[in-house]
Amino acid sequence: MSWVGRSLPRLEDPTLVRGAGNYVADVARGAASVRFVRSPVASGTIVGIEKPEDGIVFTAADLDGVKGIKPILHRPDYVPVEQPLLARDRVVFAGQAVAVVVADDHAAAEDVAEQVFVDIEPVDATLDVDLALEDGAPVVHEQAPGNVLVEGKVRTAGLDSALEQATAKITIEVRSRRQAAMPLETRGGVAQYDRVTGRVTLFASVQMPHMLRTGIADVLGIAEADLRVVAPDVGGGFGQKMSLFPEYVILVWLAKRLKRDLAWIEDRRENLMASTHSRDQAFTVTGAFASDGKLLGVEADMRSNVGAFSCYPVTCGVEPLMALAELPGPYAFKEYGARSRGVTTNTCMMAPYRGVSRPTLTFSMERLMDAAARRLGIDPVEIRRRNLVDTFPHRSPTGLVYDEGSYRATMEAAVAAIDLPAFRERQSKEWERGRYLGFGLSVFNERTGYGTPAYAARGMEIVPGYEIVDCSMDPSGHVNVRIGSSPHGQGLKTSLAQLVADELGVIPQNVRIIAGDTDATPYGWGTFASRSLVIGGGACKLAAAKIAVKLKAIATTLLESEADNIDLDDGLAKVRNSNKSMPIPELARAAYHQSHKFAGVSPGLHENAVYDPAGTFSNACHASIVEVDIGTGRVKIERFVVAEDAGILVNPMIVDGQICGGVAQGIANALYEEIVYDEVGNCLTTSLADFLPPTISEIPTIEILHGCTLSDATITKAKGVGEGGLIGAPACVINAIVDALTPFGIEIFEMPATPQRILDHIRGKRKT
Amino acid sequence: MTDKVSIVLQVNGSSYPVSVEPRRSLADALREDCGLTGTHLGCEHGVCGACTVLVDGKPVRACLMFAVQASDVEIRTVEGLAKGDELHPLQKQFWENHGLQCGFCTPGFLMLAAGALEADPDMTEDELREVLSSNLCRCTGYQNIIKAVKLAAAEMRK
Repeated sequence: MSWVGRSLPRLEDPTLVRGAGNYVADVARGAASVRFVRSPVASGTIVGIEKPEDGIVFTAADLDGVKGIKPILHRPDYVPVEQPLLARDRVVFAGQAVAVVVADDHAAAEDVAEQVFVDIEPVDATLDVDLALEDGAPVVHEQAPGNVLVEGKVRTAGLDSALEQATAKITIEVRSRRQAAMPLETRGGVAQYDRVTGRVTLFASVQMPHMLRTGIADVLGIAEADLRVVAPDVGGGFGQKMSLFPEYVILVWLAKRLKRDLAWIEDRRENLMASTHSRDQAFTVTGAFASDGKLLGVEADMRSNVGAFSCYPVTCGVEPLMALAELPGPYAFKEYGARSRGVTTNTCMMAPYRGVSRPTLTFSMERLMDAAARRLGIDPVEIRRRNLVDTFPHRSPTGLVYDEGSYRATMEAAVAAIDLPAFRERQSKEWERGRYLGFGLSVFNERTGYGTPAYAARGMEIVPGYEIVDCSMDPSGHVNVRIGSSPHGQGLKTSLAQLVADELGVIPQNVRIIAGDTDATPYGWGTFASRSLVIGGGACKLAAAKIAVKLKAIATTLLESEADNIDLDDGLAKVRNSNKSMPIPELARAAYHQSHKFAGVSPGLHENAVYDPAGTFSNACHASIVEVDIGTGRVKIERFVVAEDAGILVNPMIVDGQICGGVAQGIANALYEEIVYDEVGNCLTTSLADFLPPTISEIPTIEILHGCTLSDATITKAKGVGEGGLIGAPACVINAIVDALTPFGIEIFEMPATPQRILDHIRGKRKT
Repeated sequence: MTDKVSIVLQVNGSSYPVSVEPRRSLADALREDCGLTGTHLGCEHGVCGACTVLVDGKPVRACLMFAVQASDVEIRTVEGLAKGDELHPLQKQFWENHGLQCGFCTPGFLMLAAGALEADPDMTEDELREVLSSNLCRCTGYQNIIKAVKLAAAEMRK
């Protein structure tokens, strides 16, 4: 019996539905409260800081000897900048921590923080990504006089001739406005100080506990052994919780200095203005098309606003270098030239957010395809059909190797589900009645489960990627699996338990996955980049397989069978083609208590394994039908279809959950969410009522179709699927809006397409 | 700093004598003074609804109510939803239908739906969607939340 492929209800949930989860704020009882005083100014010189007489307040002056955070990329075009834990002489974004306050509870800490007066002499701020590149723009960091912190370039030899030969050269100016990952649980940490040993345990709402331990230890100059980091239940991350933040370093520093337990629970305002942002990107993309719609080459100039600092460990290269490498996406064109820059500004730091650049990349390529289809008079489905990769493995113009996928088949499946001919008929009739319905498509691939080679290629000083898994079966036949991945809502413990259960012939309920505690798990890289099921799962399978080998060897002796003739299934070791069997718990007990009987088998059942794959590409097509109200600019999504292919689905219900959640965030990116600064750099969107995350009223029913291409690039045949929903949805929705507004002849290359922006487009065209 | 006020909160059928500052929110009192940490805080602005509890049977944002306003009312939180080992139909359906991922918003959605369905067990899907649009979930895309609530409603009508 196989557990893989079954929609097993999650093993995590009985605790969570009772409200008995253990989130970081839930372990804060009894700890003193920490509050940060933040700069109200985007750029300026600190003239003085006045502290209240009766409060515990620390500033940068108290941090002598403590380094800042300085992420490194080994690239000649990378300019390292150091992020001080607290601003020392100058502030570089509104929200930067300037002082830290400790009080008995959080209300008292807020009282003290309000009495800290920071006198800042403001100077002109640089906010917009393109204005930052102009001559004479205010300089954010003196070591980067042009405000460029990283710059990648690529150009194939044949691009110039492709551009010359093109029948149609189409240039689009794409703008993605600033987004925030916005996990529902904000950041937070609780540092517990051990008075006997001086050791600190930091509970923190993070995706990468080991990386956090390394980062804090490096900055404070302590041994990693003196710090334990625990990621308890984590209320969502989406990339925002995978960086080393000054707040966590300060918490540990303070706990050691004050020798007491301390809690910092970020409030929502801090989270929206001072954690991390993403996707503030401006791309100029030119497609060179032949008359038959064949895409010959693409040239791009891509600017990513990386904010005031570089995030550790992935650095400010994460968006621009992802953009450089992955713009070609699912299309088979050969010639490619791009320049991609990470531009520093006086805004909150950019860090990964689910999809990392690829929502904007997919938006660019898919808008380009629709614009070309319109220019050349080709159907949007047909122009994609002519350009999608359909032979594998495929080498992209930037050298990425796409493993087996189903790019065309998923598109055809999504289009068939929509019934496009019937829709086109309906669309024409509705246009005549003054209703504006549109159809949108978006095709993409998603690079997932990539190990060290991908990160090494970026020149990262810290090269993540592999996973180590430690697997043991106890004498009662129950399994403990210790992993370096650090799930935070994905249901990974359930999926991994299913994989391990199949290897060992036990039930998933008897497989306990232990994660998120640096004292209890092997060094690992946490959960991000759609990696944990592929890489952590692969390592689980390998480690469990080693246990299975031992169980079978023991069974061979105890059941007096021939070697290689034992199957582990249904809790039993069974001799093939016979009635002989033995319960697995009896084998497990024998492994520990009768080890002398098994020559050549080491005592006990305890193995580990490492998996470090090159990566695998899942793929999908999103198709939608929307209605645009031309009076209000409101967009209603009538249908949303996802046809995806992520190989073997370990738990289909969990996969569908990842897709639905991703699509909802993608719809939010397409239509609603935006972090807005005013002209001097104040963040205006500091509550959820301003940022506009969608409710159930805005999210349609999402119809999902599955393909199943079996790729050799992953040993479980499962591909990652964590980000695709968000990668494809923005392009799909906005393509549908543009299609709906065909009678107005408008193009939209900016997201979110808010009602106001849509109305401006419509009215602009009306004037002409 | 202000003087503390002694009050008794009635939560899930138990009495909690607590001493709180007048400015303390009901959510903070439940979490920190009563130790009932199942009520979560996602924004403290009354937008996300993660802190939703039932006050005299009605869903309320516990971050927008002062603890001292709650001394004469019956409060129910997620910890009071199950009967011992037996999950409430909403909890059971959220579990079986993958109505949660990170679980942070879940207590708020459960209490919101419990309050709504106890007031009107026959709500239509449109009415349920209207009610559920009070709260935010960042993980699920809501699809399985509405599915779970509809199935729980059917079970509760039996």
